[in-house]
Amino acid sequence: MILNLPRFLETRRPQWLELEAMLNRLERDITCSLDLQELRRFHNLYTQTCSDLSQLSVFSSEIELRQHLESLIARCYGEIHETRRHQTRFSFVEWFLRTFPRTFRRQAPCFLLSCAMMLTGACLGAVSLRLLPNAKEIIMPFPHLLVSPSDRVAHEEKNLKDPMQGSQAGFSAMLMTHNTRVSILTFASGLTYGVGTLILLFYNGVILGAVCMDYIGDGQSRFLIAWLLPHGSVEIPAILIAGQAGLILAGALVGWGDNTPIRHRLRRIGSDVITLLGGLTLLLIWAGLIESFLSQYHEPYLPYSMKIIFGLTQLMLLLAYLSLCGRDLKKTKVSRRNS
Amino acid sequence: MSALGANSITLQTPEGIRFRLILAGPLVRMLAWLVDLSVIVAALTTLGTLSTLLGYVSQDLALAMGILSYFVISVGYGIVMEWLWRGQTLGKRLFRLRVVDEQGLALSLHQITMRNLLRVIDLLPGLYLVGGLSLVLSRRCQRLGDYAAATLVTFQPRILAPDFQLIMPDKYNSLRDHPHLCARLIRKISPEQAQIGLQTILRREELDPTARLELCQRLASDFKSMVPFPPETTWGLSDEHYVRNVVDILFQPKS
Repeated sequence: MILNLPRFLETRRPQWLELEAMLNRLERDITCSLDLQELRRFHNLYTQTCSDLSQLSVFSSEIELRQHLESLIARCYGEIHETRRHQTRFSFVEWFLRTFPRTFRRQAPCFLLSCAMMLTGACLGAVSLRLLPNAKEIIMPFPHLLVSPSDRVAHEEKNLKDPMQGSQAGFSAMLMTHNTRVSILTFASGLTYGVGTLILLFYNGVILGAVCMDYIGDGQSRFLIAWLLPHGSVEIPAILIAGQAGLILAGALVGWGDNTPIRHRLRRIGSDVITLLGGLTLLLIWAGLIESFLSQYHEPYLPYSMKIIFGLTQLMLLLAYLSLCGRDLKKTKVSRRNS
Repeated sequence: MSALGANSITLQTPEGIRFRLILAGPLVRMLAWLVDLSVIVAALTTLGTLSTLLGYVSQDLALAMGILSYFVISVGYGIVMEWLWRGQTLGKRLFRLRVVDEQGLALSLHQITMRNLLRVIDLLPGLYLVGGLSLVLSRRCQRLGDYAAATLVTFQPRILAPDFQLIMPDKYNSLRDHPHLCARLIRKISPEQAQIGLQTILRREELDPTARLELCQRLASDFKSMVPFPPETTWGLSDEHYVRNVVDILFQPKS
């Protein structure tokens, strides 16, 4: 049987247009919400269009019209059946003080694994440089790290002028973007079932360990701490968080001890991973500023003790922030009492 | 619930209604990406000019602005556009593509961010090789970023209502003189055959003359074999005219 298409179009088109207009409104403005009456009308139009589609698919093979109705229903379906929390207004304070630190703690095992991998790399880098001092060029293939630490310290301490004069902002921007790119790559390498992430963490650890051993072996421990601690106390945790995000992604792909389908697992970790990436970006912006405006200044320009105190204080604050912020104190007290 | 068809995915709503999402192929996605790339290059060029102007005030600030804007635009363009335009960038909008959740639900910010950030792996080792291979091999036409973010890129065709005036612009239809035969014809012809007839008439001017003649000949012969009309009614009617009359009966029944 063939449907009287012109009449069908004539009678039904106004409803489809009305539905399309409502959808356009919802889609154009992400903060838009419908009142109860509008919601009822929206749902009514949706069910009517569903019925039109089923009528059309039984009685006629009007392909283009069917596609149009299918696209309308597909758009409505997303709006009506979405049960995940749709946050239209983003509160930065709420996210910074609660969401990010809580997410970090919830996924702490991946962070610990990330730390272990980098530490293993650092130990290997330090031991390798200690045992094979001539292999420095292979272990740290960066020209600025190949200079003897004593020579560098002597050169820096002789310099009485501002070493970063007129280049702080550019250097800072370069550091921020470079480190963020490295972090994104570390996270994205989680797609290789975590192998890429682990390799990157290990490699960064090797370089870090070798640099530390180079300076310590040359008797420049104080300079090293004063140089690395102010920005490293934020930058290194940020890279570790990138590793944490990558390992979460890898964990969802591997699905150890989790029988849910892989698509569900990936869907579940999405918001945690993006929260961690947002947090580490903030940390890297801060680290970039500190590295450019503080870390590159040495004695006599800036006393080492001051830089070390700053770095230590910053590290303690970061640890306190990540481990304490967003904790529900009432719940903690109750659980303590119960235990 | 979902099922895969050729280049499309069928979802079923809890109300039992099935709808299809047409998956965008690699070629159209590449074209959309090239448009987006052009937009990014144009934005960077403009900002480069602004940076040069800023350089007259401070070289350092100009350098910082150049580096930051390059990073923000190259990484943020896809995220911001897809969030503001509900799964579309300029390139996707031009080619009528849209990123959607693979279960047909609303696209969330974390899905958009994840698929855009994972592009770094899809781009490896260069020219989208990993992403392209994944797209071709995946049954849902997903690059790795889409897979991890549980998203699909769909094609949303522009729908034009058929212009029924093109079938029979106020012309006499001799077949209508036999209403009982017309009713039999409506019953016998399948929706697929009716659709072929309709499309043949609507698109007849686009066809090659020989193909148009052959198609109408075959269709007319099929229709004639289903319900034969008296010879005096069909006398002098060309095959195309016959098909036009049949389509007119099928799609514009007179009440």
